[in-house]
Amino acid sequence: MRRGLTAAALTLVLLGALAGQTAVRAQQQGGGPASAARDRAPIDLTGYWVSYVTENWRYRMVTPAKGEYRRIPSSRAALPLINAWDPAADERAGNQCKSYGAGAIMSVPGRLHITWQDADTLRVETDAGTQTRLFRFAPRTTSSSPRSWQGESAATWEPATGGGSLRVVTSNLRAGYLRKNGVPYGERATVTEHFDVAPLADAGRLLLVTTIVEDPEYLTGPYIVSPHFKKEPDGSKWDPTPCSSTW
Amino acid sequence: MLIHLVARRALGALLLVVLAASTASAQFDFAGSWAPLATEDVQNDSVPVDYLGLALTDEARTRALSYDESQKSMVERQCAGWGAAYLVLGPFGLRVTSQTDPVTNRIVSFTIGAWEDWNEMVIWMDDRPRPSDHALHTQAGFTLGRWEGGALAARTTHVKAGFIRKTGVPLTDEATIDWRIFRHGDVVTVLMVATDPVYLVEPEIVSKSFRLSRTPLDYRAGCVTGYEGREPGDSVPHFAPDRNPFADEFVNLYHLPREAVLGYPETLYPEYRKKIRDTYVPPPPCTDSCGAAGNFVVKR
Repeated sequence: MRRGLTAAALTLVLLGALAGQTAVRAQQQGGGPASAARDRAPIDLTGYWVSYVTENWRYRMVTPAKGEYRRIPSSRAALPLINAWDPAADERAGNQCKSYGAGAIMSVPGRLHITWQDADTLRVETDAGTQTRLFRFAPRTTSSSPRSWQGESAATWEPATGGGSLRVVTSNLRAGYLRKNGVPYGERATVTEHFDVAPLADAGRLLLVTTIVEDPEYLTGPYIVSPHFKKEPDGSKWDPTPCSSTW
Repeated sequence: MLIHLVARRALGALLLVVLAASTASAQFDFAGSWAPLATEDVQNDSVPVDYLGLALTDEARTRALSYDESQKSMVERQCAGWGAAYLVLGPFGLRVTSQTDPVTNRIVSFTIGAWEDWNEMVIWMDDRPRPSDHALHTQAGFTLGRWEGGALAARTTHVKAGFIRKTGVPLTDEATIDWRIFRHGDVVTVLMVATDPVYLVEPEIVSKSFRLSRTPLDYRAGCVTGYEGREPGDSVPHFAPDRNPFADEFVNLYHLPREAVLGYPETLYPEYRKKIRDTYVPPPPCTDSCGAAGNFVVKR
């Protein structure tokens, strides 16, 4: 009798575990989330993060020479735009934020402040260029917005045992620059990002953002970079600065 | 009795299904060929003195500035530039195979195949003990891995003293390298966090992405030493650190701040960008012999 009860209890536990995993898969496939994205978060991205610029320093920390598009798979159609880059004209036209759009913003040295705007929207602010990105886990019910530097971002958790990842797909963008010196991406570009975290020594944390920019107009293939950020204890170094077309 | 037996077996099967389902969501198939992308820094194009993106100690900087490329003509120093870190610093892709236990069919290790200069790296996945501190140190080191949060996490120890950049930026045999390998669809991103108590003020953190290749990568054997004209007992080619003739080459070529080129830690943070804003003057556009992407290489 006791053995039978134990077996029944174990069966219930196993069925419960299996049901839980099925629920997670259903969420992954968009089959009706059981709770808000904030509650389902497999990793905590909130807080302040600072760029740690150990890669592509020459293209990120200073403005490269006009015409230098090395390491970006620019198409032939992009070359006239690259050669015509005129930061003063961008300023005059009110386009000084072209290098702060979603295609490039994670590579711009600065700080991120990540918070939950509501239970299904992750808000990512940058102090460089004072930009705000909204990662929406729930589909928008209103009609589409006009194109913008940060576009529309659809977010999905990709849970894994003991952690997971955030996937964000951004479109509806205004044409912008992948690099400060005018290497372009167009309005039809999409940006797919994967946010992963990793531990560092002394309880530190690292945020890795694998960024894939695809543009049928100005790129011959995906442009993939993976800037990373260190977690900061607070916002004491948060220093919003406006967009600049030259710096 | 038969009912009990059937119930027990069904329960066992259910347990296996649950366990399999939970591990499947934590692991990914790493084996295969992963092509390089060349969208981020690689070391094959660096000038002799380019320590951008590094946080070096003064001792490391002095040693690096004393390095002369001719050291590669010495048999005992030929392979020093291609240690484990070159996995994410070099221009090559990953050719990964997995080895399984023939009895349990579990993965015992992943092997990242050698290429031209870089020696193959084995990531042991079987929880074997790490060797003694006094065990042999090699170019690739000893690496233990495990699955963690959907990523392949690994730590490399027992590296041979060498370079973290092939242009002579040193790394001691006390260095450790932590790896995280993430897979998102057909893209694998390898994150390296290299720590050295002697030569790095802060860890060297580099990430590099690769795309799944439909055709297998075909690379050659790793670094093999050979006689290149320098006899045992000959002097070690070097520069006096304050007289390195290449010290300002990169500075002048791209108008970069000297402290950034020399790997001072403050240059890795956004505050530094604000500091140099008023003094930095971009180089003029390249007008002839600029290479395929206006990259100044031919001009150099």
